[in-house]
Amino acid sequence: MVHVRILAATVMLTVSSMASAADAPPGASSCSGCHPATVGVATPVPRLNGRDAAQIITAMTEFRTGKRPATVMDRIAKGFTDDETKAIAAYFAAQKD
Amino acid sequence: MTQTKRIARRLTRRDVMKSAAAAAALLPMPALAQGAAGRVVVIGGGFAGASCARALKALDARINVTLVEASRTFIACPFSNLVIAGMRELTAQQFGYDKVAAAGVTMAFSAASAVDPQGKSVTLADGNRLAYERLVLAPGIDIRWDGLPGYDEAAANVMPHAWKAGEQTTLLRRQLESMEDGGLVVISAPANPFRCPPGPYERASLIAYYLKTKKPKSKLILLDAKDAFSKQRLFQNAWKELYPNLEWVSLSSGGKVTSVEPASKTVVTDFSRHQAAVANIIPPQKAGRVADLAQVADRSGWCPVDPMTFESKQQPNIHVIGDAAIMGAMPKSAFSANAQAKVCAAAVAKLLAGEKPVEPRLINTCYSVVAPDYGITVAGVYRPKDGVLSDIEGAGGVSPIDAPASTRAAEARYADGWFKTITTEVFG
Repeated sequence: MVHVRILAATVMLTVSSMASAADAPPGASSCSGCHPATVGVATPVPRLNGRDAAQIITAMTEFRTGKRPATVMDRIAKGFTDDETKAIAAYFAAQKD
Repeated sequence: MTQTKRIARRLTRRDVMKSAAAAAALLPMPALAQGAAGRVVVIGGGFAGASCARALKALDARINVTLVEASRTFIACPFSNLVIAGMRELTAQQFGYDKVAAAGVTMAFSAASAVDPQGKSVTLADGNRLAYERLVLAPGIDIRWDGLPGYDEAAANVMPHAWKAGEQTTLLRRQLESMEDGGLVVISAPANPFRCPPGPYERASLIAYYLKTKKPKSKLILLDAKDAFSKQRLFQNAWKELYPNLEWVSLSSGGKVTSVEPASKTVVTDFSRHQAAVANIIPPQKAGRVADLAQVADRSGWCPVDPMTFESKQQPNIHVIGDAAIMGAMPKSAFSANAQAKVCAAAVAKLLAGEKPVEPRLINTCYSVVAPDYGITVAGVYRPKDGVLSDIEGAGGVSPIDAPASTRAAEARYADGWFKTITTEVFG
């Protein structure tokens, strides 16, 4: 019985590690090149971690259409579809400090 | 009593061992037999390698990650052009590996002396041998010392390349500082591909700024082995506006440097000879030395990789990221290296777990500083297509040609912010 429990624990551990490795949706890992993942970096570029998903989606949509003024985000937002943007926004919204 | 317990009671020890073996066989991860997530060795502690090592630990703390790097201090190339122009100190470019180690990465401060792709091991100069399931190479660039007649390692002490930050950066700065007003500065830019495509033009801009403000009788000639270059119109517009002391000579105007004569600091093209007071030779380049050890470079001198995982097309279980790799449309920049590192880490974690990597998207943004308060960018978004990383059409491009001064100033501030952010992510 002990062995069965060890086996079950091993399998569960493996499954949970698989899930964590699959976290970030395509494109999301590039963002922290400019948007700091950690607090306290002296940059005018806002952090995305923990930000409301709808807010990120609106910003990305407006960058893409040109409604919102930008330096570089207008050019970057055009590289992502609505679905990709939604997935990235949900990912950052879930990153709590 | 639960059904599990009832079943368990009927199982013998041998049955359990058998089912454990069967479960293990179902999961295609031989390296994980004891619950260990696998061993990854990363060689090269720059923006690509250090980023990848940390990202791997963040993805799965159980992965055993060793970062092999000969130097205890990393000196960043981005912003080193400001050091050359006297606008920044080299100490602002220096970073240690304490935080990388604190993140759980094992630091091996030694050079790699051999890679055995079949035996999956790396031998270090200090004699240690590291076994791996996956090897990530981030060797950066080496100078092709056979690429330009007259330009060898001794010549670089007279006519610095300053294309690897450190003593070379300081040397070029000192030469500019000790040059008399009225002296001629010559920069030679190589043909593609090379590290940091906008780099020679940012450097020319900032040296021209230094000359304009400190040595106004001096002149700068930029000799180029190309007719076109990154952010060309933006740079040329800025030069027209700010730097009448800067002359760019294109390939078709005879700009290709064919040899150098260090004794007299003479730079030779097919059509002319320029005797310089200060000569900055940015020579042809290739993937760093470790690429040769692992036999991952092709005849071009760079490393072909799969665009999904950055696994070498020449050696299985070895990934190549950063400047050394052939990344299709993605330029050789620190931003690219960091973005590739994180995608590579995710792919390696998946492969170690016996899973299929997800098709990635990557972003690059390259900032160039043309003058204080004058920044410009080129950006791109990339996806694997036809076996290489390709531009996503409709995205990316350069800063607007007709942007107001406020936009240029904003991009200069963002450039500074980018450097702080990326160095904090990698080394902080």
